[in-house]
Amino acid sequence: MRDEEAQRERAAARRARRLRPAWSDDLGLRRGVARKLLPFMVGAMAFLASLALAGAIAAAAFSRQWQDGPAAALTVQVPDPAAKATDAPQNRLDRVVALLSASPGIARVQALSHAQIAKLLQPWLGSDATQGLALPAVVAVRAEGAGPPLAELTAELRAAAPGTLVDSHGDWTRRIAALAHSVQALAWAMLALVTGVAAAVVTIATRAGLVQRRDAVLLVHGLGATDADIARRFAARATRLAFAGGLGGCAVALPVLAGLAALAAPLVGGIADPAAWMPSLPRALWFGMAAIPLVCAALGFATAQVTVRAWLRPLP
Amino acid sequence: MSGAVVRLDRVALDVGAQKVLRGISLAIPRGGFRWLLGPSGAGKTSLLRLLHLELRPSEGRLELLGRDVGAAPRAALPQLRRRIGMVFQDFRLLPHLSAFDNVALPLRLAGRPEGQIQADVGEMLAWVGLRGRIHCHPAELSGGEQQRVAIARAVINRPDLLLADEPTGNLDDTQAQRLMLLLGELSRLGTTIVVATHNDTIVARHPAPAVRLAEGRLVNADA
Ligand SMILES: Nc1ncnc2c1ncn2[C@@H]1O[C@H](COP(=O)(O)OP(=O)(O)O)[C@@H](O)[C@H]1O
Ligand SMILES: [Mg+2]
Repeated sequence: MRDEEAQRERAAARRARRLRPAWSDDLGLRRGVARKLLPFMVGAMAFLASLALAGAIAAAAFSRQWQDGPAAALTVQVPDPAAKATDAPQNRLDRVVALLSASPGIARVQALSHAQIAKLLQPWLGSDATQGLALPAVVAVRAEGAGPPLAELTAELRAAAPGTLVDSHGDWTRRIAALAHSVQALAWAMLALVTGVAAAVVTIATRAGLVQRRDAVLLVHGLGATDADIARRFAARATRLAFAGGLGGCAVALPVLAGLAALAAPLVGGIADPAAWMPSLPRALWFGMAAIPLVCAALGFATAQVTVRAWLRPLP
Repeated sequence: MSGAVVRLDRVALDVGAQKVLRGISLAIPRGGFRWLLGPSGAGKTSLLRLLHLELRPSEGRLELLGRDVGAAPRAALPQLRRRIGMVFQDFRLLPHLSAFDNVALPLRLAGRPEGQIQADVGEMLAWVGLRGRIHCHPAELSGGEQQRVAIARAVINRPDLLLADEPTGNLDDTQAQRLMLLLGELSRLGTTIVVATHNDTIVARHPAPAVRLAEGRLVNADA
């Protein structure tokens, strides 16, 4: 019987809370200085975080493309591929492919089709421009182990098909990978920095709110409010404001990132797998952007909780 | 074990370098009423702040509502405070809340249903003669009206211990009489009450045991 009564009373209290949430503002927080400052600052941080996130994701995608292809890859260009080779009855392309296949230190040899080459060149030359051109054949080669003896192989290929170019990616692939990693590390560092600044902003805003509402907080403390009661009110507000700020920052960042992606798409797509950049933003970035307002909200909540509890702890 | 609601055993209080209270020992049983008397600066407000758990004693043992405050963890104090009502000398009403919301604060902290709050607060404010001023903010109220709001807030939760610091300072005679009537009623219902005052007239008219302080020391404590 008593249990039921107590339960009914608790349910009524819950209902009342929903009906009239006015005293969620007993402390007068709605009038606080945080209202304008906090969402704006957190929004700015969310905007920067979006950019950093995009940078990290782009750099990761970029370096992945180059790591797949790798340090031990060659590109061989054979001009005038259909002409007859000098040292065999085959045409020049077939002869080069045969020599490459026979060479030690080579895992795979693949002559790119005309369509593949056209696709590679399309961003620079347009879709129809390759029609009338006398394009060289391109052979993609994957090395294994220590790779082929480059100088000998080149000489051999040139003897069979003069004018053939052997391009070893190794060196600059490593440089691009290093660059991509630096950009990535920078982006993560920036994310960490931006998170720290956002936490500092919430701390400052919460402390300003505590100072501004000092008398009210002390009174409510004296009436028997627990630290948790008081912290919850500040944290609820910081959570809402930080979430709104995060949402705003992301909303502003979105068109900016879409614009950057549109600019970068041909370049990145031209180098390799264009699917990663289509339709406009990578999927990882969408998830990341969706997470930013939530992270802002969580940061607002946790920071306000910690700040308020630390402020209250010296009270008896 | 005694049934004392308030028990002090050689309690001392230092504020900074100043020794504000010295060697205070007293006990007040459940439902007991005490005047707290003494000249200005004697330490009346400080003693009330100790009893309201705003300060902890520097020395000695303080027991409130059966609990040794010195030994109690900090987390246990809010629960104790909810059972103690305090009328501050300077009222301490929240300026951004109406009289109604100020008085409702303790009930809302306790998570009472809003329906009950509406009824109780309305009744209490009517009782202290503020029926028509329910939605006024403190700035719109006279000193006496504010004091009555402060009294209403202190008693709305039917506290086990009621502390009042010069609660008649801004009240006219009739209102002071009404307050004494309310305090007498609460005392009969089992609330332990300590009232600090300068008002000799009202003390003379309502004889009750007194705790007398001078320069932070107990002059006498009636049994
Ligand atoms: N926070 C404080 N800081 C410094 N001195 C204080 C403080 N509170 C009280 N005192 C001193 O303690 C003494 C007693 O003050 P109080 O308790 O307000 O006396 P009463 O209420 O009897 O007038 C006074 O001398 C006062 O100056
Ligand atoms: Mg005083």
